[in-house]
Amino acid sequence: MVKDPRIPESLSWDTFLRGLWKENPVFVMLLGLCPVLAVTNTAINALAMGVATTFVLICSGILVSSLRFLIPKQVRIASYIIIIATFVTIADYAIQAISLDLYKALGAFIQLIVVNCIILGRAEVYASKNNIVNASVNALGMGVGFTFALLCLGVVREILGNGSLFGFDLFGPGFQPWGIFALPPGGFFVLAFWLFLFSAVQNRRQKVQHQKETLENAT
Amino acid sequence: MQPDSLTFIFLNAFIINNFVLAMFLGLCPFLGVSGKLKTAWNMGLAVIFVMLVSSTCAYLINGLLVRFELEFLRLICYIAVIASAVQLVEMTIKKFSPTLFKALGIYLPLITTNCAILGLALFQTNREYNFLQCLAFSIGAGAGFTLALVLMAGLREKLNLADVPSASSGAALSLTLAGLLSLAFMGFAGLGG
Repeated sequence: MVKDPRIPESLSWDTFLRGLWKENPVFVMLLGLCPVLAVTNTAINALAMGVATTFVLICSGILVSSLRFLIPKQVRIASYIIIIATFVTIADYAIQAISLDLYKALGAFIQLIVVNCIILGRAEVYASKNNIVNASVNALGMGVGFTFALLCLGVVREILGNGSLFGFDLFGPGFQPWGIFALPPGGFFVLAFWLFLFSAVQNRRQKVQHQKETLENAT
Repeated sequence: MQPDSLTFIFLNAFIINNFVLAMFLGLCPFLGVSGKLKTAWNMGLAVIFVMLVSSTCAYLINGLLVRFELEFLRLICYIAVIASAVQLVEMTIKKFSPTLFKALGIYLPLITTNCAILGLALFQTNREYNFLQCLAFSIGAGAGFTLALVLMAGLREKLNLADVPSASSGAALSLTLAGLLSLAFMGFAGLGG
């Protein structure tokens, strides 16, 4: 649906909540999967990645939205990428200054936020057509949704692969960690499991809805 | 094998630390274009070409940036280089094979936002490879990407005929499959030790 850029969507809870559930970037739209799998071997890495991505999402959303009448249509993608790259550079240096350990753990994946399709997607689909307040609220929703998804994976993988959560030991010394979950294949399996769960719930809901409708039609 | 020999760098990027299955780079095209074997193969070739061009350009540009102490501009420059390389490939393919151009569809311009390509440029900078090493690295990474894509496409073509519960079809099934492939590739970890 193409909206006229001059008529912004009215601000509502839905602007924020959409990113959390209905249009969750990871579980529903399957965007930005690379960092989702690569940095979720521990919950703390997942959280840091989520916060950094949310920062870039919000800042680039605000800037793209405030420049939406200035950027010519033909070069918009290139302009968005440059804007995003600027904020990613800021985030990169900031994380390096705050915690060098975290920086090393996340590796090149902080700089790779530039090519996270969620951010470019938001800039193109939402921020370039809405005012600054809406764009930032929507970006915040998407960022929180993304962080939520990262944590879903990070928590499961850290508990199974390390027996700890956010670095705290959970089960004591007798626990035998299930090492494969901290390694690359574990990422694929845990994400597959979550997707399966989500689509199973969705299917069930549709079935119930369908039964209700047929019952109503019958009476 | 020496860790910085050309053969080792090639093998390392090709199978040991496969970009898709061990480092999780370039998953969007990996899941998106792996439906058909033919398309997957062509996509792989396009990615190898873009990787070669952008790796060479990134090496030259990084030399300039270091010389003038402008390292903070690295990310922006790399992205600009990759976007131009993709544009070049797009025009070439459109000219020589319109059918292929149609088959690749949206995924061709999306090579720009393929993290495998930017990742390649960033890794070669971090590891301070010289020019020949960069070439070996980019060919290895591209070949590894193609290998993963083609393997996945072959498996998925067979899987289309399988009868699975509706909730587990689609993305969940593809990801489980990718997990199994990744498990198999872990077997290469000791290679060249």
